[in-house]
Amino acid sequence: MTSAGGRLPGDGDRGSERQWRAGSRPTDPTSWALTALGVAGLSVAAAWGTLAGVRGALVALKQSGVVADGLLLLFGILASCLLLPALRSLQVAGKARTALAAGDVIGARVAGASARGLAWYSFGFAGALVLILLVVQFFIANDLAVSRTFFLLPLIASTFGLVLKAFWTNVYIFIVAEALVLIWGLVIALARLAPGPAGRPIRAMATFYADVFRGLPAIINIYLIGFGIPLTGLPILRDLSQESFAILALTLTYGAYVAEVYRAGIESIHWSQTAAARSLGLSYMQTMRYVTVPQAVRRIIPPLLNDFIGLQKDTALVNVIGTIDAFNQAKIIASNHFNLSPVMTVAILFVVVTIPQARFVDKLVERDQRRMRAGGT
Amino acid sequence: MALIEIRDIHKRFGEHVVFKGLSLEVAEHQVVCLIGPSGCGKSTLLRCINGLETIEAGEIRIHGDRMTGPGVDVNALRRDVGIVFQSFNLFPHMTVLENVTLAPIRVLDRQRTEAEARAMTLLKRIGLEHKALEYPDRLSGGQQQRVAIVRALAMGPMVLLLDEITSALDPELVSEVLAIVRDLALEGMTMLLATHEMGFAREVASKICFLFDGRVHEEGPPAEIFGAPREERTRAFLRRIIEAGRL
Repeated sequence: MTSAGGRLPGDGDRGSERQWRAGSRPTDPTSWALTALGVAGLSVAAAWGTLAGVRGALVALKQSGVVADGLLLLFGILASCLLLPALRSLQVAGKARTALAAGDVIGARVAGASARGLAWYSFGFAGALVLILLVVQFFIANDLAVSRTFFLLPLIASTFGLVLKAFWTNVYIFIVAEALVLIWGLVIALARLAPGPAGRPIRAMATFYADVFRGLPAIINIYLIGFGIPLTGLPILRDLSQESFAILALTLTYGAYVAEVYRAGIESIHWSQTAAARSLGLSYMQTMRYVTVPQAVRRIIPPLLNDFIGLQKDTALVNVIGTIDAFNQAKIIASNHFNLSPVMTVAILFVVVTIPQARFVDKLVERDQRRMRAGGT
Repeated sequence: MALIEIRDIHKRFGEHVVFKGLSLEVAEHQVVCLIGPSGCGKSTLLRCINGLETIEAGEIRIHGDRMTGPGVDVNALRRDVGIVFQSFNLFPHMTVLENVTLAPIRVLDRQRTEAEARAMTLLKRIGLEHKALEYPDRLSGGQQQRVAIVRALAMGPMVLLLDEITSALDPELVSEVLAIVRDLALEGMTMLLATHEMGFAREVASKICFLFDGRVHEEGPPAEIFGAPREERTRAFLRRIIEAGRL
C-alpha cells in the first residue's frame, strides 16, 4: 500500500493493539434445545388431547368409524412430528458441547447455529399448531355449540342452491358496477387532472365529487338512491330495477375511490415520459391516451383489485333496499330455521370469489413485468 | 438567414436566474455545441427551443417564424424540432417499433404500414432492425439511445436538439451513439448539442458556445475555443476539464 519508508499515520503495530472481536467464544446452545423440546412436547400433548375431544364429539354425532379414527390418528402422528426438530436440536447441541470442550471454536459455532436454528423451527411450528388447536377447541366447546350454530351441515346442504342462486344477483351487480367504475373512475381522474386555468372549474367539480362520494357511506348512498329515485317519479329513472339502483349507487361511490387510484397512477409516471411524448408533437390528450394512462393502468392493477374486492363485498349492502341478494336470502332462511349456517354459506361464497381474482392479478402483473423485464422506468 | 435565432431571452426558476439576455444563432447544416459548467442552462435552453419550457422575455425564431409567446402552436413546432434526452425516455410499454412509429402515425397521420417501413429503414441504418419487436428494457443503454435518436428522426425534423445524450451511458457505449451523430452531421442535419464530450465537440462542431452566467460567454470555431480561448472563464472551465482527463 505505501512505498518503502513512507508510513501512513497510524500504520504499523496495529496487529498488536487491535483485537479480533468477531472471534469470541460461541455459547452453549443446550438450553435452547431443551426449551424447544419442552415446548414441542407440550404442544404435541395438547394436540392429542384435542383429537380425543374431537373423537368424543364425533361419537356423540354418531359420525365416528374407522375412517374418522384413521384420520384422527394421522393428524396425531403429523402433530407428533414436531418433536423431531427439537430432538435433532438437542443432538446437535451435544456436538456443539463436544467441539467447545475440544477447543474447536469454528466447529462449535457451526453446530451451535444449527442447534439454535432447529430450536426456532420447533417454536415456529409449535406456535402455528397451538393456534390451530385453539380454533378446533372453539368449535368443539360446549358440546359442539359453535359448530352447530355456524356449520349445521344438513341445513347448509339443503339451502345451498337457494343461496347460490341469490348470490348471482350480487355477481351481476358487481360485474356491471366494476365495468362502469373502470370508465367512470378514469373520467373523474382525468377531470381532476384537467390542465390550465380553463381546467380549473372542471378540477374543482371533480374534486368536490370525489370528496362527497368517498365520505358518504355506501349503505346510505344505496338507501337514498334505491328508495329516493322511485319517489321522485322522474321518467325512465323511476322505472329502473332495484339492481340498477344498486349498480348506480355503487358506481358513484367506487368511482370516487377508483378515480383516486387512477390519479395516483397517472401522477406516478415520471414527467420525462410526458416530455418525450410532447416533444414528438403528441397533444395533451394523445400523450394521456398512448403514453401516460397505459403505463399508469399497469401500475394500478393491484390497488384496483383492492377496490373491486371492496365493491364486491359491498353488494351485500343492497339488502337495505330489499333486493333479494345472497345475504338477504340467507337471513330469511336463518330466521326461519333459527340457525346462522346459511349466512356462513354467503360468507364463504364471498371469500371464495375473491381468491381467484387475487391470483389472476398476481399472474397479470408477473406476466407484464416479465415482458417488460423491469416493469417500466 | 439562421435556422434558429435566439434573441435576448430571459428565464428564471423562482429565485434562480437561468438566462439574462442570452442570444444565439444556428445556421442551416450547422452543428453547434453548447458547453459550460453544470447548471449553466444548456439543457434548459434546448427545452425552451422545443417549447417544453417557457421563457419570460426575448424570442426564439425557427425558420424565421416566431416560436415563443401567445398563439404559437407548440405541437406543430415540435414536428419540425426533434429532441433527444439524456435518459433516453423511451416508452417502456411499447416495443422499439411502436416507440418509433407512434408519433408518425398519431401526429403525421401516416399509414401504419408506411410508418413501419420507414421505421425499419431507420432501424436498419443503426443496425437495430433485429430489435424492432423488443421492449426498451431489454436493450443496452447505447441501443436505447440510438432508438431514441431514430424516434426523433422518424418525424423528419429540420433541427435536432441533443441534450447530453451520452451522459447516462457506460463509457464503452458512448461511441456507438456518437457515430450516429457524426453520420447525421455529415448528411447536413442541423443540430444543437449540449455535451460534456469535448473531444467529440471539437471534431464535429461548426461552432462552440460557452454558456456562463445566463449568456453565451464566448463562441467561435472549435479550434479557437479549445486552442486559444479569449475569456478567462472559458480558460478556467477548460482547465478543469483537462484536469479531469476529459479533453
